[in-house]
Amino acid sequence: MKLSVVLCPNLGRVVCAGPGGGSSDVQWCFSQVKGAMDDDVAEADIISTVEFNQSGELLATGDKGGRVVIFQQEPESKNQPLRRGEYNVYSTFQSHEPEFDYLKSLEIEEKINKIRWLPQKNAAHFLLSTNDKTIKLWKISERDKRPEGYNLKEEDGRYKDPSTITALRVPVLTPMDLMVEASPRRVFANAHTYHINSISINSDCETYLSADDLRINLWHQEITDRSFNIVDIKPANMEDLTEVITAAEFHPNQCNTFVYSSSKGTIRLCDMRASALCDKHTKLFEEPEDPNNRSFFSEIISSISDVKFSNNGRYMMTRDYLSVKIWDLCMETRPVETYQVHEYLRSKLCSLYENDCIFDKFECCWNGNDSVVMTGSYNNFFRMFDRGYQQDVTYEASRENSRPRSILKPRKISTGGKRKKDEISVDSLDFSKKIIHTAWHPLDNIIAVATTNNLYIFQDKLN
Amino acid sequence: MEVNVEARRILAVSISKLYASRSQRGGLRLHRSLLLSMVMRSARDIYHSSRESEQPNGEQPATEEPMDTNCDPKEKARLAPDLADTSADMAPGVSDKLDESDCDITEDKENLSPAKQSRKRRGKASAAPDFLPSKRARLEPGEERYAAPVGSCRAGVGDYRSALTLNQVIPAF
Repeated sequence: MKLSVVLCPNLGRVVCAGPGGGSSDVQWCFSQVKGAMDDDVAEADIISTVEFNQSGELLATGDKGGRVVIFQQEPESKNQPLRRGEYNVYSTFQSHEPEFDYLKSLEIEEKINKIRWLPQKNAAHFLLSTNDKTIKLWKISERDKRPEGYNLKEEDGRYKDPSTITALRVPVLTPMDLMVEASPRRVFANAHTYHINSISINSDCETYLSADDLRINLWHQEITDRSFNIVDIKPANMEDLTEVITAAEFHPNQCNTFVYSSSKGTIRLCDMRASALCDKHTKLFEEPEDPNNRSFFSEIISSISDVKFSNNGRYMMTRDYLSVKIWDLCMETRPVETYQVHEYLRSKLCSLYENDCIFDKFECCWNGNDSVVMTGSYNNFFRMFDRGYQQDVTYEASRENSRPRSILKPRKISTGGKRKKDEISVDSLDFSKKIIHTAWHPLDNIIAVATTNNLYIFQDKLN
Repeated sequence: MEVNVEARRILAVSISKLYASRSQRGGLRLHRSLLLSMVMRSARDIYHSSRESEQPNGEQPATEEPMDTNCDPKEKARLAPDLADTSADMAPGVSDKLDESDCDITEDKENLSPAKQSRKRRGKASAAPDFLPSKRARLEPGEERYAAPVGSCRAGVGDYRSALTLNQVIPAF
């Protein structure tokens, strides 16, 4: 079979079988890396979520220490019109603090599990951030002017002696250095007994959902003291528990529809118009298990770690431990596409169970036009799957590839006996280096990939 | 035999993970605990199935386990069958998904354990690791362990559908 190098429009240069097809030359290259580059990783700096806003101008990260860091893309400079602006720190704030549940004698971690941006309605930006128990609405606003010439106060803020005031004047707004303020506008607390794994904003621009292991609640963005429970899978007897909710998301444009995935590998689509409590699903997506792959760990690896609707709302993608599956919302019996992320790990499940890696909850994401999906793996590898060209590629986020605009080289893992040059053998993979969180700019070929404590930004090379 | 050793090892690892997760920051994770208990159930089922096939006369397997004094997780292995034999409620809806023949552990070369089986009883010198609380009385040499107490739900030989209930492995939620 003839092998050729194909210039895949979305993945770059990939090797595929068969005659190559010409296409636009897209190459992924390194853009920036954020975070400390030393080997000593502070636990608080471990990145726990990454999310672009709807325009892609802002990129938010949350970490284990409860902090949110927002990067803003600089506008394209006139001097270099073909180079995209860099992402620089826009705002940093402490979103959540560690708390203590006195009733259960349990500490509540401050780790940010998810960040979701609200659609922008005015000059300010709003986002929801959540830890295990509490969701917060943050307003991020700019201040570049301040009033000067108060009647009652001095410039330094001290109050004047009223007897010295002899005239009135109107304070004048004068320019100042840009200051970005983050302020908590709402705190949505005390609604979840179990650990929150997902939040999702509804397309109605008014409500959002939050999901924990057993329940999903519907909130109004303005109302913090109550929420509606819309899914409850807690059995009457906890001994009968067989599955938990692992992720949930609203449909991108149908405000009555949402999906939630389970630890058993099923996805349920629910219609809120059907009933107040959506325990009964409208659709159940499930693929029968392959009996040849049965093992001790079948249940663990079939557990879905992430579910994401496509931007057009016709498909959804699920990630389990070894694969990514694309489902057509009209077909419940099986996925329409399945991509193996790292099938070579199937024979290593016992070791991965012992070192806890089998419990890693990888995320996945779509590109802007739903033609490519991306997910992370070990050894700081991340994978892209082009749905149209049916090709896949593996890249690595590493310091060696961190020279400005250096082109990413596809990586190959050697699974057979003989390792070719430039291939990496499975046994030499570093399982402590994992890419769990990835995000794709909604409108452009820019991706953000989080290693343990660094955020790598890659973009396609513009000529 | 390899299946037996492997199942026991996985059971031991699972138990130690469960106990370790109790002291985890943020409390027990329900999802993780559920997955651990599923693996433990599978391992336990395999273990009992393979034990039963080793005793063709249908005798109920002795509750005291033959000791493996060679490998490191021996303490965990000793406690694993202890935990497995404690009274367990029938969990309705639990289905035996794994037959012995389905178990592909024997084909999993990576997991072959070279540990030998020894029927030696463990001496007093070896103590259980701190993080594994000992729930059974230690036996003096020559002492027999009595049958499971009245009130146990183990109905008899072949009743391997009994599963570790979530309540036994997870404190009350």
